[in-house]
Amino acid sequence: MFRTTFMTRHDLLGFAVLAVLLLLVLPLSLDVFRLNLVGKYLTYAFVAVGLVLCWGCGGILSLGQGVFYGLGGYALAMFLKLESSDPESTRIQSTPGIPDFMDWNQLTELPWFWEPFQSLGFSLLAVLLVPTLFAYLIGVAMFKRRVGGVYFAIITQAIAAILTILIIGQQGYTGGVNGITDLRTLLGWNIRTDFASYVFYFVCVGLLFVCLLVAQFIRRSKLGRILLAMREQEDRVRFSGYDVAGFKIFVFCVGAAFAAIGGAMFTLQEGFMSPSFVGIVPSIEMVIFCAVGGRLSLLGAVYGALLVNLAKTVFGESFPELWLFAMGLLFIGVVMAFPNGLAGLYQQFLGDRVARWLDQLGRPSRSQAPVALEGGAQ
Amino acid sequence: MSHGSNTDFVLAVEGLTVSFDGFRAVDDLSFYVDDSEIRVIIGPNGAGKTTVLDLICGRTRATAGSVRFRNRELTQLREHDIVRAGVGRKFQTPSIYDDLTVFENLEICYPRGRGVFGSLFFRRDQAVIDKVREVAATVLLTERLEEPAALLSHGQKQWLEIGMLLIQDPQLLMLDEPVAGMSITERRQTADLLRRISQGRSVIVIEHDMDFVAEIADRVTVLHQGRILAEGSAEAVKQDPQVIDVYLGH
Amino acid sequence: MFDYSMSELTAIFAMQGFAGLILFSVFLLMALGLAIIFGQMGVINMAHGEFMILGAYVTYLTSNLFAEYAPGLFDGYFFVAIVLAFLASALLGMLVEWSMIRFLYQRPLDTLLATWGLSLVLQQAYRSIFGAREVGVVIPDWLTGSYPVTDIVELPVSGIFVMVLAVGVTLAVALLMFRSRWGCQVRAVVQNRPMAGAVGINTARVDRLTFALGCGIAGIAGSAFTMIGSTGPSSGQLYIVDTFLVVVFGGAASLLGTVASAFGISQAQSTLEFFLGGSMAKVLTLMVVVLILMVRPQGLFALKVRR
Repeated sequence: MFRTTFMTRHDLLGFAVLAVLLLLVLPLSLDVFRLNLVGKYLTYAFVAVGLVLCWGCGGILSLGQGVFYGLGGYALAMFLKLESSDPESTRIQSTPGIPDFMDWNQLTELPWFWEPFQSLGFSLLAVLLVPTLFAYLIGVAMFKRRVGGVYFAIITQAIAAILTILIIGQQGYTGGVNGITDLRTLLGWNIRTDFASYVFYFVCVGLLFVCLLVAQFIRRSKLGRILLAMREQEDRVRFSGYDVAGFKIFVFCVGAAFAAIGGAMFTLQEGFMSPSFVGIVPSIEMVIFCAVGGRLSLLGAVYGALLVNLAKTVFGESFPELWLFAMGLLFIGVVMAFPNGLAGLYQQFLGDRVARWLDQLGRPSRSQAPVALEGGAQ
Repeated sequence: MSHGSNTDFVLAVEGLTVSFDGFRAVDDLSFYVDDSEIRVIIGPNGAGKTTVLDLICGRTRATAGSVRFRNRELTQLREHDIVRAGVGRKFQTPSIYDDLTVFENLEICYPRGRGVFGSLFFRRDQAVIDKVREVAATVLLTERLEEPAALLSHGQKQWLEIGMLLIQDPQLLMLDEPVAGMSITERRQTADLLRRISQGRSVIVIEHDMDFVAEIADRVTVLHQGRILAEGSAEAVKQDPQVIDVYLGH
Repeated sequence: MFDYSMSELTAIFAMQGFAGLILFSVFLLMALGLAIIFGQMGVINMAHGEFMILGAYVTYLTSNLFAEYAPGLFDGYFFVAIVLAFLASALLGMLVEWSMIRFLYQRPLDTLLATWGLSLVLQQAYRSIFGAREVGVVIPDWLTGSYPVTDIVELPVSGIFVMVLAVGVTLAVALLMFRSRWGCQVRAVVQNRPMAGAVGINTARVDRLTFALGCGIAGIAGSAFTMIGSTGPSSGQLYIVDTFLVVVFGGAASLLGTVASAFGISQAQSTLEFFLGGSMAKVLTLMVVVLILMVRPQGLFALKVRR
């Protein structure tokens, strides 16, 4: 009694089902084009998982996750762009050896902040550290001063707007509204082949599982319970001797780091990065992926990201008008009728049955009585 | 900001003042609390009782004056540092975590792993479980450890919150109306509880019910308009004509 | 900027200042509605921009109707349009409050998401009804042209009209909130909902009317908006972040704060615009506002209250 486990049997089953789906079922049943699409959907799952921690557990709604997704994506795109802009392939430019969009904007040398992105090691570090550091600064500024709730949401949204306008406005340094395009090789290896698509897909799934396990560890730790507690009674947590701001900053940074990994994986799989993944609209869509999956469910977030994006592709191509209606109604419906999303529906209709079935399967599981909110990742 | 002198008191409040847009909710207040003393603060609505507790525990910043807890100045510390210094505070309405179990409610307040990474790698070992059980027994909640706290009765929620403070083992415990909304039996049990837990620590209680006050108080401080109107034993303040005038009624 | 003579520079500042005043009027009209809804009810209405655009479309329709059936009265259509815009947005607001918002009062973050969904639905509805192309209204003759102040400084009449409108609406709202019985009820509900209910105020009705009023004012803002820009299905979204910052920056519950911050932000933006270009001006303005909000999260005008 009272022993905590990292994963209940129920969680384990959920992780296993997802692993089978992503590692076996989808790769075996889909052609490489579609698998690449799924891979891109999964990059949003990173963001959604981070949002489960921030928003679902911690009650911090960030409407600026696109900022971190974008920063991660741009950091890698800058490296790839420099690699494909060697003097040989850019010899027709007036200044060979710099990215094409800089040349178009009459830049004659590489800006200083682009220099370090010649190194893959630096770029990979930047993918993780730049967004995390940025999140840390925002977090310190806001949470230390007890800005939360809707104010935090509005200010993160404003930050997303600012970054988008900045990227679009500074064409010469950022590629402007088109973004950083035409990325071809990674250390000389062509990233546009079918084989590369397969590799990136499996790397993406692998990283997603790493993030999921980290998130699960956080959820099951005392920190995870403090987050839930904070969401309910912030003052009580403070007067139990905890520095509430520190916990919020931490979870916000984790969310930012996850989003950044997703952004970088997007750049790799799509071959470009643009401000259209940074701004207000994509950022708030990321929230709906999380909400559809269930804001308290890590695995639900993955399914939410997959399903909403799938619907977007299917609907968006055949009935573009219907799609905005559907998306709008999805926001309204999820919030008003299914605040716990798909995971809530699962809990309501299947959760108990599966739990009983699991109990019968082996010796009775004595690890945990599944309580609604602690019921784990399902 | 003036600083108080070193004293033998557990808590020395001197010249404490706070004003909100010119309105002085607490005005040049001084009082002292002894070791193992139960001090009750009474007074009419708006006298500044809750504000005094807020000032001591750092929820509200003082405009002037000093709060010294075992000769350590508290007015400049942040809330969680004040808690870690040994001051516990219970709020007027029970503030517990409805979604967590009683066990988890108590465990969260266990004074170990309070940093971000400390809590990330916090292990629920036997020492924690034993301590939680011990405190749960003190506040009469042993039977309900595994239930979500939302299912407790109002009185039990109040006890749970007291338990959440006890597990921190504070040297000074501040309770804002701990028996509000309790039945007669629960009141009696709470009075017993307070007497038990004041062994070795000081307790400040805000209360309205004069019978309850008489039952538990070592000394009573009467506040009126942010100032002290009277101080002394429960019997003495009951007889005080000024107190009868502004608070108790004839 | 050093190539200009002193008098030219003065004229530039005057013109930019005036352009800023028009921006200020639109900000103020939009922010007023939001300040009422957010400041008084704590509801984040992400569809506020779409309520504004509804007003703009109603104005557009009214102008077409007048041109078609009553060309003789065309000069006066704008006044009719303002009233209709107010009514249309207010009615839609009432419907939205009744069907959505009232279920979400305890969950501000969820309101935010739901109203965002509403904004998507409305945008698509506008696109289906009015087409994706932006539409512009024909401004009556007396509102075109400009009024010369000095040789180089000319003020557009439409700008003056928008400003007068903004000031008028602000004064009306201030009177309504602080002098009328209804305003007193609204403030009572804000400060203590259960108590207000207990003394016999129909809080549900107050909520609905407050929300409708805020949306209606957005409709008026939309009417004014047609004077300075064309209307498209997603024009409203461009303004929502700015408007929220105006409200938060001013201190959510303070009407005076909203006016002051709308003024400050619009002036800063239009003056910077001249030297830095539109996008950098906006970036800098927003950035400064966000930074100030980080230092002073309660906004410019907020009382220190006893908790």
